[in-house]
Amino acid sequence: MFDQEKLKSLQERRAQWEETTLRKTLDRFPERMARFMTTSGAPVERLYTPLDVADLDYERDLGFPGEYPFTRGVHATMHRGRLWTMRMFAGFGTAEETNARYKYLLEHGETGLSVAFDMPTLYGYDTDDPHALGEFGKCGVAVSSLADMEILFDGIPVDRVTTSMTINSPAAVIWAMYIAMAEKRGIPMHLLGGTIQNDILKEFIAQKEFIFPPAPSMRLVVDTFEFGSRHLPRWNTISISGYHIREAGSTAAQELAFTLADGMEYVRWGLARGLDVDEFAPRLSFFFNSHNDFFEEIAKFRAARRIWAREMRQTFGAKDPRSWLLRFHTQTAGCSLTAQQPENNIVRTAWQALAAVLGGTQSLHTNSMDEALALPSEYAVKIALRTQQLIAHESGVVNTVDPLAGSYFVEALTNRLEQEAYRYFRQIEALGGVIPAIEKGFFQREIAEAAYRYQMEIDTHQRTVVGVNDYVEDRPLTIPLLEMDPQGYERQVARLERVRRERDHERVGATLEALRQAARGSDNTMPYILDCVRAYATLGEIMGVFRQVFGEYREPTII
Amino acid sequence: MSDKKIRVLIAKPGLDGHDRGAKVIARALRDAGMEVIYTGIRQTPEMIAEAALQEDVDVVGMSILSGAHMALFPKVMDLLRQNGLDDVLVVAGGIIPDEDVPALRQMGIQGIFGPGTPTDQIVNFIREKVQ
Repeated sequence: MFDQEKLKSLQERRAQWEETTLRKTLDRFPERMARFMTTSGAPVERLYTPLDVADLDYERDLGFPGEYPFTRGVHATMHRGRLWTMRMFAGFGTAEETNARYKYLLEHGETGLSVAFDMPTLYGYDTDDPHALGEFGKCGVAVSSLADMEILFDGIPVDRVTTSMTINSPAAVIWAMYIAMAEKRGIPMHLLGGTIQNDILKEFIAQKEFIFPPAPSMRLVVDTFEFGSRHLPRWNTISISGYHIREAGSTAAQELAFTLADGMEYVRWGLARGLDVDEFAPRLSFFFNSHNDFFEEIAKFRAARRIWAREMRQTFGAKDPRSWLLRFHTQTAGCSLTAQQPENNIVRTAWQALAAVLGGTQSLHTNSMDEALALPSEYAVKIALRTQQLIAHESGVVNTVDPLAGSYFVEALTNRLEQEAYRYFRQIEALGGVIPAIEKGFFQREIAEAAYRYQMEIDTHQRTVVGVNDYVEDRPLTIPLLEMDPQGYERQVARLERVRRERDHERVGATLEALRQAARGSDNTMPYILDCVRAYATLGEIMGVFRQVFGEYREPTII
Repeated sequence: MSDKKIRVLIAKPGLDGHDRGAKVIARALRDAGMEVIYTGIRQTPEMIAEAALQEDVDVVGMSILSGAHMALFPKVMDLLRQNGLDDVLVVAGGIIPDEDVPALRQMGIQGIFGPGTPTDQIVNFIREKVQ
């Protein structure tokens, strides 16, 4: 992109600057630190110039938005055409309480829904299962049967609003409940739009909500790819997630590399099923974290698009341009929030959200200030939603596409992250691929080490966290926290017992048995799961069938 | 303090898989010269009490972020007592609201460390308490 002669003279000019102006300044005012680093611990130089991006080729590396390699964005007009979907992750207690929260959020301008399920649901247990002791409704909403799903979306136009559901091991079952809920309201499945997270690989790597061993887990994922590509053309059958990898303590480069490596692994499994890549790849979507380091995060999103487009086109031979697109949801970094001085979290979240927007996100969740303490209160969640609206309508950053392109620093960071990702891809390949690397604890160890390093940087004051290791105040908490319905558990269990009592027992038994046969064989399990949920078989019963057929996985314990 | 290394069990009760904190603490205690046994995730109270007994630990540290601590911690404390482990120091961390702290102390959990606690504060607390 740059003239070689000019670069050469620039190099000389730069050396001269270092000898004169810079040296004089450093002699008089030494810099505050010997070493500057990103949130991920990567070095940051004092100054970036064309010399740092000397090899950049505009057409090859950046191109035009909406065109390969999509570095500048997946749409030609980006946020000038359509704003990102404002999608607040929400769920607590009973389906009734969460339904009220969804209506509150929609009323205040949210444009998409995002369901947080409670721990028992995430592990495929009914609310009254002994394993679920004390966990009901704490981290999300409890959904044990279709009856809960019907209440959860009561009065919400699911043919018009898209819904994202953070569910992994039981993703196929919860998706089937959503489909059946819409069906009962007369909305056919092909009209439904939304996302199931369904990313089991990152569960093994970071979030740890796995149930079955990797192979049968992957089979269920591919069943949803196949079913979705045939029956729900507007549904993202997976949200390949770096978010949880980052929350577990990874660096930005690890988040990028491990997520895209997972993405490519799903593509391989889809191909192994005999699907054509262009049949399912357009419905693969992604989910990233937006952490504190403003420019590093923006560079990460841009690098992700470029790598994915290249791999899909060149390595996997996808021909449909939609297969090349890395579309993603972003959530601001929960792990950056502090329990101390919680109001400061509003500010952290604001610039993290700004980075996501400048990085070209398709949808966004902004954390509430109280999330290091509890699930969000109505007051806190509204400020978080307003933060997105402020960025969209007042900051001006949405007026042009990819405004940071061409920044020497941002382009250099984008290149560096891309190179680090490829280094990891080679390492993973050398270990035999993603699943062998999981079984050897490779990802878990890399992440644990990064998390420890980060904590030590805070403990030794190499890194300042406002309100935690500096600017500390000793004052009581002043923000109101969410209070849940104290009778919620009893109401949920009563409903579950009623469902079990009143349903057609014979039909439940027959559909569960048919599912068991399908799970043992090689049929796509989705139609069988749908039959079970329509008969009001519970989540625990359906997952129980899979638990018996597939067995349960135990991970290697790594510190 | 004797020369014997302090033995610590780091345990994750309940269903939540957020093990970042547990692992960071486990490493910090190990780097401070303690013997650390990490149970891994999804441990029932019975599994934790059994591991504490088998491993003959001086300290049990529990980490939980799901909010189920008020249901699970009392069970662990009862089972430790039933196993004759009254003298084991029990500490806890994770997302634990201030209002729950008095009740947890009452049941014998001596140290409760929320988010943002420097690891050396936990190391020092354990060293002081375990003689």
